[in-house]
Amino acid sequence: MSTSDRFPFLREFQPPAGAEGWERMYPYFLTSQAEGEQLEDERLWFADTMHWSRAVYPLDSIGAEAVYLGAGQNSARIFVLPTSLGLDMRVVNGYVYISPTGVTDSDVINERLVHFQERAGYYFANWDELYGKWKKKMTGVVEAMRAIEFPELAEYEPIEVVTEARGRSAAWDLIASYHKLIDDFFVAWQYHFEFLNLGYGGYITFFQTCKQFFPEISDQSVARMVAGVDVLAFRPDDELRGLARKAVELGVDGIVASGDDPAAIVATLRDTENGRAWIDALEAAKDPWFNYFAEYGFLHDQDTWLSNPSIPFAGIARYIEMLQNGEEIARDVAKLRAERDDIVAEYRGLLSEDEAAQFDGMLQLARTVFPFIEEHNIYVEHWTHSVFFQKLRELSARLVEAGFFADAEDMYLLNRFELDEVLADVVQAHVIGVPARGVQKWRAKVAERKGIMAALRSQAAAPALGTPPEEITDPFAIMNYGVTTERIRDWLGQSSGEGALTGAAASPGVVEGLARVILTEKDLPKLQPGEILVAPITAPSWGAAFSVASAVVTDIGGMMCHAAIVCREYGLSAVVGTGFATSRIKTGQRIRVNGDDGTVTIIGEAEEAA
Amino acid sequence: MTILTDSAAPEATDLSLVGGKAIGLARMTAGGIPVAPWLTVSTRVHRAFLEQTQLNAHIEGVVDAIDWHSQDSLADAEHQIAAIFAETPVPAGIAEDIAAAYQDLAERIGVPELSVAVRSSATAEDTADSSFAGEYETYVGITGAEQVVAHVKRCWASGFTAHAMAYAHDRGFSPLAVSMAVVVQKTVKSRAAGVMFTLSPSTGDRSRIVVEASWGIGLAVVGGEVTPDRYAIDKVSLTVLDRIPGDKKIEYLDGQTSTPVEDARHAQLCLSDSEVLELARLGKALEKQQGGPQDIEFAIDRELADGSNIILLQCRPETVWSTRKRAAAAALPLMDQVAASVFGLGKRGAAGSPGKRDLVLQEVRHAH
Repeated sequence: MSTSDRFPFLREFQPPAGAEGWERMYPYFLTSQAEGEQLEDERLWFADTMHWSRAVYPLDSIGAEAVYLGAGQNSARIFVLPTSLGLDMRVVNGYVYISPTGVTDSDVINERLVHFQERAGYYFANWDELYGKWKKKMTGVVEAMRAIEFPELAEYEPIEVVTEARGRSAAWDLIASYHKLIDDFFVAWQYHFEFLNLGYGGYITFFQTCKQFFPEISDQSVARMVAGVDVLAFRPDDELRGLARKAVELGVDGIVASGDDPAAIVATLRDTENGRAWIDALEAAKDPWFNYFAEYGFLHDQDTWLSNPSIPFAGIARYIEMLQNGEEIARDVAKLRAERDDIVAEYRGLLSEDEAAQFDGMLQLARTVFPFIEEHNIYVEHWTHSVFFQKLRELSARLVEAGFFADAEDMYLLNRFELDEVLADVVQAHVIGVPARGVQKWRAKVAERKGIMAALRSQAAAPALGTPPEEITDPFAIMNYGVTTERIRDWLGQSSGEGALTGAAASPGVVEGLARVILTEKDLPKLQPGEILVAPITAPSWGAAFSVASAVVTDIGGMMCHAAIVCREYGLSAVVGTGFATSRIKTGQRIRVNGDDGTVTIIGEAEEAA
Repeated sequence: MTILTDSAAPEATDLSLVGGKAIGLARMTAGGIPVAPWLTVSTRVHRAFLEQTQLNAHIEGVVDAIDWHSQDSLADAEHQIAAIFAETPVPAGIAEDIAAAYQDLAERIGVPELSVAVRSSATAEDTADSSFAGEYETYVGITGAEQVVAHVKRCWASGFTAHAMAYAHDRGFSPLAVSMAVVVQKTVKSRAAGVMFTLSPSTGDRSRIVVEASWGIGLAVVGGEVTPDRYAIDKVSLTVLDRIPGDKKIEYLDGQTSTPVEDARHAQLCLSDSEVLELARLGKALEKQQGGPQDIEFAIDRELADGSNIILLQCRPETVWSTRKRAAAAALPLMDQVAASVFGLGKRGAAGSPGKRDLVLQEVRHAH
């Protein structure tokens, strides 16, 4: 099947050898069931490798649940989007696939529209105030999660249980805290989508206004008129620039940039006064800015800058090198803002007075909502996820202590319901005073699933499955994931593996260079200056990489995905949402990235791998 | 004696000195519109010619005798005056000055054997509202100093054609009161030429500039005899977005006959990116100056150096899109705008709705 009008059905996408039985690892409702087969066949499913770039561990699938619960409720039930419900979700061969749910009955659409206008209108009218509240809510959730503790299973309960007449054991908190952690995580994701769709809606409205006045205007020109210059999203990278500058000022840049062992570097720095001054600056930057995932933060085995200091240190070293070469590393905020204002003034100058007034109104709307679009990841994907996975690590340590698992990694091979059973087993056995009943049972499962996970991760996701509709209309699938009617057609045509890759022209410019395929953030330090970064998706936290890459290509993403936003900020050419870049392009191949028309062409074979 | 070669000199816009046509050229140049290089033989030279040759005394009698109601009388006067001019040589001093200025121009732009157009640029006192458009002669394809001097004299004489004299008389002044400057301007030797719209002709998008061009002079493009190359430019960022090679099988080199273009050049782009961008810059500036989208004819002169080889031939307001009434869209309340933009939902007939779906909404009543 080289070209066809549909992709393989979910059940036709074969798991790799050794992954048989993968579906039993996940909660049943995340996997295909016989009763839903026909429905699944009739729909289009596309791989959400933007958020889960690799096959997900069973416990990590909680992220997919939380995301699409939050997205669904806000689209379908709270803000009542007239033409779409939520995004349905399945795990297939370990990858997360999602499917837009459209509303087509015009009576239903009209009914929903009335509710939507009232509800979304309320948020648009009170945006700044509600966004202020949102920040407080989010910070509150993060703080609450940080306060969660998983107590040791002590031989004797602490004396306070008696003196405070608690009447419940600290051991019980192992279960209660687990439930609280899950609850808070789900709540954070509901907050995430409280503003997101509306934010996109505001942006799309401005976008359409521009298209109406300038039918041929490019997506990126519109985006550039709205882009925030001084938003939270750039803070972590700005901290690295600041630390690089500080190192040079203090004369410790040679030490800070010496090699890839941050612990050794810090030890050396402690010997001098200036070194200690730099460490103080580093510590000050860490909270909260190093609660920052190098990737997207949806998998427990992804690093934050805290858990893997090599990543920020490599970034700092790069900036130090630039400073030593006499290059300017500061993001010229004033210049960026002036450029943005120039573009707006140019377009506005082409309009009549009435049109300009309308343009101003919609630009105002877009600029009101856009900070949320740019900033929310810091609160949710980075800060919430950072503490969430930190707490899971603490829980895992308790279970290893209790002799239940042999290794701290084992816990992630159970899904959240299985883990709940385990905790019940562990805590009940402990308080009763007997051995847990399931050690053998779960250790056997863990052993089996390690093999399955390794097999699943050896296979790339198919970009899409199922039957595409004639037209993709879901505005968010288009904006965020870059899944358009045209792209789907490209993917169908390309499943045979020929021709240039096409994607969304996310950031302008044509660049030729050597490709560097980076599948996980751990490989990021391999990226050499001038190479073209090819990745499933990039996160804003790859800032230092953006300073050395000459262009960016991703498998998934649309005009408004973070790779697109950040590349425009850094002035890097980018094509996102190509579907196949990481599987088609090999490191060392010479490629041409055309950020103007959204094509990526392989123009030369890799030389002998070094 | 004054021959002007510097378009920025204050005299270059002195109507009594250079006439209407030369002022137009100076103003265009000052406004950043590149025109073919030129020099002006001022009215002062004309006066010197008349004084030194005492021509006016001879002509005056002829003009006084004209019966202004009689075409025959006018035609007779024209012949008599033409004969007087023919037997009156341009005094050596004047002829040498004109010849030297012509040689200087050729040297300055680096074109030996410079071919020029010699054009009358008339003026008269109290004639602010008389354009003299088309009244006096223009001679094209003139080469060599001697020929240039001869044609300058013919321009001076062209104030005394039957229709020019009648034109002056009808406006209440004597043909003898006309002061005649003469513009000597390089003939455009067009390597490529075409038209530029400072909006997208297909969608009316004002953030686009579209250029169509073909080999030779612009006739083939204007007449639709070739498929020209097409260039799309982003007016805001001034970047070339698209270059679509045409199929350019013929070219006009002289405005009369077309010649076949060799195969290799049929689909070869006739403009470089830097030429396209320079054109776009000019178009953008002109649009701003003129206060609306423009339709501009241009040529790329093959004899002039890169960077100064673009010549604008004509510029007029774009009429197709500019006169079209644009949908007044400002009336939609915000949430209707959102519904229309995000979900393609709009009231039937509501202006500005992208209308992916054609749905009629009931009156939207907000629940309490």
